[in-house]
Amino acid sequence: MAAGAASGGSATTDTYKEVRTWLLLPAWVTLAILVLAPVFMMLIYSFLTKEFRGGVIWEFSLAAYDQFFFDRGLFGDDPAKIEWTYILIFWRSIWQAGAATILSLAIGFPTAYFIATRPEKSRALWVFLITIPYWVNLLIRTVSMKFLLRDQGPLNDFLINIGLIDSPIHIVNTNFAVQLGLFYSYLPFMVLPIYAAVERYNFSLSEAAADLYASKATTLRRILLPTVKPGVIAGCILVFVPSMGSFLAPDLLGGAKNFMIGSLIEEQFKGNAGNWPFGAAASMVLMTMVLILLMFYARQQARSEKAGG
Amino acid sequence: MSSKEQIAIDVRDAVKRYGDFTALKTISLSIKDNEFFTLLGPSGCGKTTLLRMIAGFEDVTEGAIFLYGDEIENLPPNKRPVNTVFQNYALFPHMTILDNVAFGLEMRGAGKSEARKKAGEMLELVQLTQFSTRKPSQLSGGQQQRVALARALAPQPKVLLLDEPLSALDLKLRKAMQLELKHLQRETGITFIFVTHDQEEALTMSDRIAVMSAGELQQLGAPTDIYERPHNMFVADFIGETNLLEVSVDNIENGRAICHLGGGHELTCNEVEGVGVGSKVHLSIRPERLFMSDTPAEGESLKGSVKENIFVGTDITTIVDLQDGPDFVVRTSNSDRGNKRIFEPGTEMFVNMELGAARLLVD
Repeated sequence: MAAGAASGGSATTDTYKEVRTWLLLPAWVTLAILVLAPVFMMLIYSFLTKEFRGGVIWEFSLAAYDQFFFDRGLFGDDPAKIEWTYILIFWRSIWQAGAATILSLAIGFPTAYFIATRPEKSRALWVFLITIPYWVNLLIRTVSMKFLLRDQGPLNDFLINIGLIDSPIHIVNTNFAVQLGLFYSYLPFMVLPIYAAVERYNFSLSEAAADLYASKATTLRRILLPTVKPGVIAGCILVFVPSMGSFLAPDLLGGAKNFMIGSLIEEQFKGNAGNWPFGAAASMVLMTMVLILLMFYARQQARSEKAGG
Repeated sequence: MSSKEQIAIDVRDAVKRYGDFTALKTISLSIKDNEFFTLLGPSGCGKTTLLRMIAGFEDVTEGAIFLYGDEIENLPPNKRPVNTVFQNYALFPHMTILDNVAFGLEMRGAGKSEARKKAGEMLELVQLTQFSTRKPSQLSGGQQQRVALARALAPQPKVLLLDEPLSALDLKLRKAMQLELKHLQRETGITFIFVTHDQEEALTMSDRIAVMSAGELQQLGAPTDIYERPHNMFVADFIGETNLLEVSVDNIENGRAICHLGGGHELTCNEVEGVGVGSKVHLSIRPERLFMSDTPAEGESLKGSVKENIFVGTDITTIVDLQDGPDFVVRTSNSDRGNKRIFEPGTEMFVNMELGAARLLVD
């Protein structure tokens, strides 16, 4: 193909196309190696047989998916029942990630609105301030958060000292601690897209709404939110998706009983105790779920765009 | 109209300050019921600020605003029965044209179907019925303009505020919309307060005009008052084209002021309050009020010579050199060429005017 275009020579568009293809090649190769290949590898691994000390035996098997969804008793010969353990972990992940997303939205939206309504010169500074904590490694930040929230930590000390509470509130090792951890980990991903959307918002629309007898709350609900919706949805996706698969916050802040899907997957690949095909299968289920959610969003978006034209 | 003229908007000693900067310096004016009232001035004169204070988007630093007798300056915008047509239209981009127009009606408590029905009638009024299901981005500037107008008129406001609504349109469309707006105001009987920097637009459309500059009211009156009897230098210069001449008032007798132009020229014009004997002020003479002849005519005449003739389509502009005096601009309408003479450059002639043509200005 390349040779044909070169020998043709005269058509500049062909030359341009060829140059573009070659220039894009490194990006495509990188994407293929770093994104597609690992996913494809996991897909294959999920259909293989497990090796007991980690790794796989190259033999086709549906055992990993079977283990995820069905319970066949201790010796594997009982009639198949639905295995709730992993589905529950999955459900908890969705729930935790959802709660973290709502928390991020509740804090992130006003923050983004605040930044977007500052004078133009100081906005960059506010955005910079938001990102500062993220210069520190996520692990360090999550551990610090555990210290901050634990029973004898500064937060409880402070609340006891000002007399608000008598005994420490147990935060660490609860669902709420995990939500807080996820919220803290991914907050900027909520703030930045919403900020970008609100910054583009034409505030005379709010004036027009007030002029047409809308209260502040109605203006927010009927004018501002629908206008900045793409930013809000982008923020929600950017917080929800990584929260679903996260394992640092659930491990460090949630303890053993607040296990999430990310931790489950992580366990399968750690040390000699793991089960690679099972971890791969769980990853595939997670990815499928997320993709379905994204496709649902994309379809909604296409529909509203078609209506808006 | 009732025998006693009702006041729609009464602005009393309104002041607007932003920190150290004073945008409006103690403005008082009354806008009558059913009036097409224009706030006219250059950008930064405070006209939009005043309009936004009436709408409720800007606080009033000092003073009060009354709407049909009710004090409104402390009410939020959504509690004031006035609506605004915004300069950039500010149509809601995610709503259809019909929903945009229905919004205000719905907010005032109309049911969704009732609001839509009335909105449909408004769209009919501005001839946009066939676009009702479209989004604002699918409409042209002129159409968006009419939607903004329909949206603001739909809740039947007591006063309609228009913030330079025609400035984004091209000249032809603007002229058409000027007439349409004027007719709409007559039909609806709603008081219009119109903000513009375009003096021609103001003269065409308004019942009364308030000329503003640097946060102050310069003159308030009917278009003919403002044009023919400008109060001061700013108004004379801002509205239309004029000859501004430095004069000293030598004598005042029987309501007539004798003014000295320099170079030995003298002019008589009507006396103006605030300009006494000995004052050095300016005189405004509209170029179209002057005509030229070989011999001095009855009334006022000044001797000069033609410097240059400029053809400007409908008119011919002649620059006249008064010996030792200031240059004069004389405009002769092309349709008047049968009655009025045009002289070749270099010709000596007289510039004539009727007695009321020259107007003394309070500097």
